[in-house]
Amino acid sequence: MNGKVAFKRPDSLTAKEFTYCPGCLHGVAHRLVAEVLDELKLTGQTIMVAPVGCSVFAYEFFDVDGTVAPHGRATAVATGIKRSLPDRVVFTYQGDGDLAAIGTAETIHTANRGEKITTIFINNAIYGMTGGQMAPTSLVGMKTTTSPYGRNADSEGYPIHVCELLQNLNGVAYLERVSLLTPKDIIAAKKGIKKAFTAQARGLGYSLIEIVSTCPTNWGLSPVESLEWAKQKMLPEFPLKVFIDKVGDVK
Amino acid sequence: MSLSGKKYHSTIISGFGGQGVMLIGQTLTYAAMTEKLHVTWIPSYGPEMRGGTANCTVVIDEEPIGSPVIDRPTDVIAMNIPSLLKFEKCILPGGTLLLNTSVIDREPTRTDIHVYRVNAGEIAGKIGNDKVANMVILGAFCGITGVLSLESVQHAMEKKLAGKKPELLEMNVRALQAGKIAIEGQ
Amino acid sequence: MADKTLLKGTEAMAEAALRAGCQVYFGYPITPQSELIEYMAKRMPEIGRTFLQAESEVAAVNMIYGAACTGTRVMTSTSSPGFSLMMEGVSYIAGAVLPAVFINVVRGGPGLGDIQPAQSDYFQGTKGGGHGDYRLIVLSPATIQEAVNMMFDAFDLADRYLNPVLIIADGLLGQMMEPVELPDFLMPDRMPNHDSWALRGKGTRKKHSVTSFDLDPLKLEEMNLANFEKYRKIQQKEVRYEEYLMDDAEVAFVAYGTMGRILKTTIRMAREAGIKAGMIRPITLWPFPEKPIQEAAKKVKMVMSVEMSMGQMVEDVRLAVSGKVPTPFYGRTGGVVPTPTEVFEALKREWEAIV
Repeated sequence: MNGKVAFKRPDSLTAKEFTYCPGCLHGVAHRLVAEVLDELKLTGQTIMVAPVGCSVFAYEFFDVDGTVAPHGRATAVATGIKRSLPDRVVFTYQGDGDLAAIGTAETIHTANRGEKITTIFINNAIYGMTGGQMAPTSLVGMKTTTSPYGRNADSEGYPIHVCELLQNLNGVAYLERVSLLTPKDIIAAKKGIKKAFTAQARGLGYSLIEIVSTCPTNWGLSPVESLEWAKQKMLPEFPLKVFIDKVGDVK
Repeated sequence: MSLSGKKYHSTIISGFGGQGVMLIGQTLTYAAMTEKLHVTWIPSYGPEMRGGTANCTVVIDEEPIGSPVIDRPTDVIAMNIPSLLKFEKCILPGGTLLLNTSVIDREPTRTDIHVYRVNAGEIAGKIGNDKVANMVILGAFCGITGVLSLESVQHAMEKKLAGKKPELLEMNVRALQAGKIAIEGQ
Repeated sequence: MADKTLLKGTEAMAEAALRAGCQVYFGYPITPQSELIEYMAKRMPEIGRTFLQAESEVAAVNMIYGAACTGTRVMTSTSSPGFSLMMEGVSYIAGAVLPAVFINVVRGGPGLGDIQPAQSDYFQGTKGGGHGDYRLIVLSPATIQEAVNMMFDAFDLADRYLNPVLIIADGLLGQMMEPVELPDFLMPDRMPNHDSWALRGKGTRKKHSVTSFDLDPLKLEEMNLANFEKYRKIQQKEVRYEEYLMDDAEVAFVAYGTMGRILKTTIRMAREAGIKAGMIRPITLWPFPEKPIQEAAKKVKMVMSVEMSMGQMVEDVRLAVSGKVPTPFYGRTGGVVPTPTEVFEALKREWEAIV
């Protein structure tokens, strides 16, 4: 039988099985990044920085050199790597607590320096690994284990919009918010990720892709309900948009 | 066991900010280095940094230097009255006190030390620039102690002032020499 | 004597670090070490090295972590409050078994403290400071020449043992000028080869991972035990100290860094007054020169620690002496530097109390 491979694991992923919860979209995001690395033929020259959070094991799932940063410090670690080896491709993979709470200073200054690295930012409005606490991106009224009465804007403030904050910084070369909520969104997300890595490969500056995602486990919803909830609640707060594009058309 | 080598000098140089006391100390230090002596220079430190005087300490010896921090100096160069008041009492018996009398209009009280007086401001004025008063004092100090040759001090000064105008350099050289002459016979 | 250069302590350490092969520097300004970062900012681009001012000490130490992951010779310099901020990253670097060099130009504390010379970060440097089971190799120079030579030693130790190395200096050493002989630039072939573990992109080999992390307690214990086996070797091989006039000493001072140097004058004063004093000056604060102090305690009548602190190293001295002889302490805190005479007076008081 003369078979043709229709679908396979990207070369940039290891054979290790994902340890994420059922319905979690980290697996989809990982795959998209890996496919882009494969397609751009960057696997051998890439170094990744995993965060503290659910994706702390990401360095085991990607078949690239990698490390884990202290909580929030991924882009500082990535800066250290990139400045030591400027011809390598370096990316961070971070959640909302990591990137937009404890690591806010690092995020803003890495972007402002135009550090030639790429950040994949998973925004699911909650802390996953520590068990469903309030995130900087949690919606107003959202119940979490540390906002059991719902996030109250008076005392806890409002969800932080990372892309909207970063869009005024001149060092940013590519900035887009995407989602993984429908197949169409996933295709668009991959296109954005590819542009982000292209921005880095071309030395244009910092690139960040914010991915609006879900957390069925800590939201207390089924995977399908989670997708629906994200569409209804998250997207109005976090509209999908290209904020900065200094890359132009990419094949 | 002796405290130190024959050429041992621990000198506190003190005055107002702007009188060039750091430059006196650094020039001395550089000159000592060119004469292959051991030498340390430290600026004012600790609580001393508050209180109106800027000072530095230079220790010169032919032996490796122990403490760069000196509470009982062999010599004090006082460029102003607060410096005289503060450091006169610390000088080791038999040590040297060099006074800049163009600013200090009072007499020291110790009788167990050697006191030298140089009107550095007036001499500098005659040379044509008030700012070289610090080099007048440095020249006088070299004459008093004999620890360093005027040539190596001059060489050090040229190094410190590299890039400055030639006429300024020339004035500094004259100031050094005039300072040395000023203490002759004291 | 070869040709010497007159340099400030901070500048001398910076230039020596570059000659010792430091390729990358990340730092954040703080008094009294700002001249070091400024020297790096000016000098590193001239010789094709990489300098970056971070947005905080927290970011700086994590940049160090990143650079260390690539096996590149990397360092930073800071002063006490800044080193406190770096503790998180220092713990990660130690846990991930990475080489890096830190300079802490210690100033008076706690809190914002002041900007004067102090030795009150001994505990932080030698006993942990960051979280978890780890050790830093801690070195402390007493002269600028020693500091210069120590930069080479520090990078070598970091690379040989894959462990962060801390140099504890103080503002007095940093501000002091002294003639120094600068060693030549290290040739690239003398630089370490970290190909077996460094993150540089996997190319055609298997991928490398560097972490300080294992959720399985037995595996984490294994990692820590391996690290402590390494520390045991360091304790055996890398203890450095200076003995000063100890042959006939009846009193042994123990002091490090600037204080150790100041004491040489005190010791000369003591000997003129008929008290046979000597000194053991720890050059490695960790590993601590426990044995020479133990040996000294068998011969002398008193082991006296002097520090620019309220007494931190004295605890290690007392452990080493184990009650065999009296172990008085003299110190000043808050950035006050004890003078030779002041320590001599303290010595006389202690000496008269026991003879």
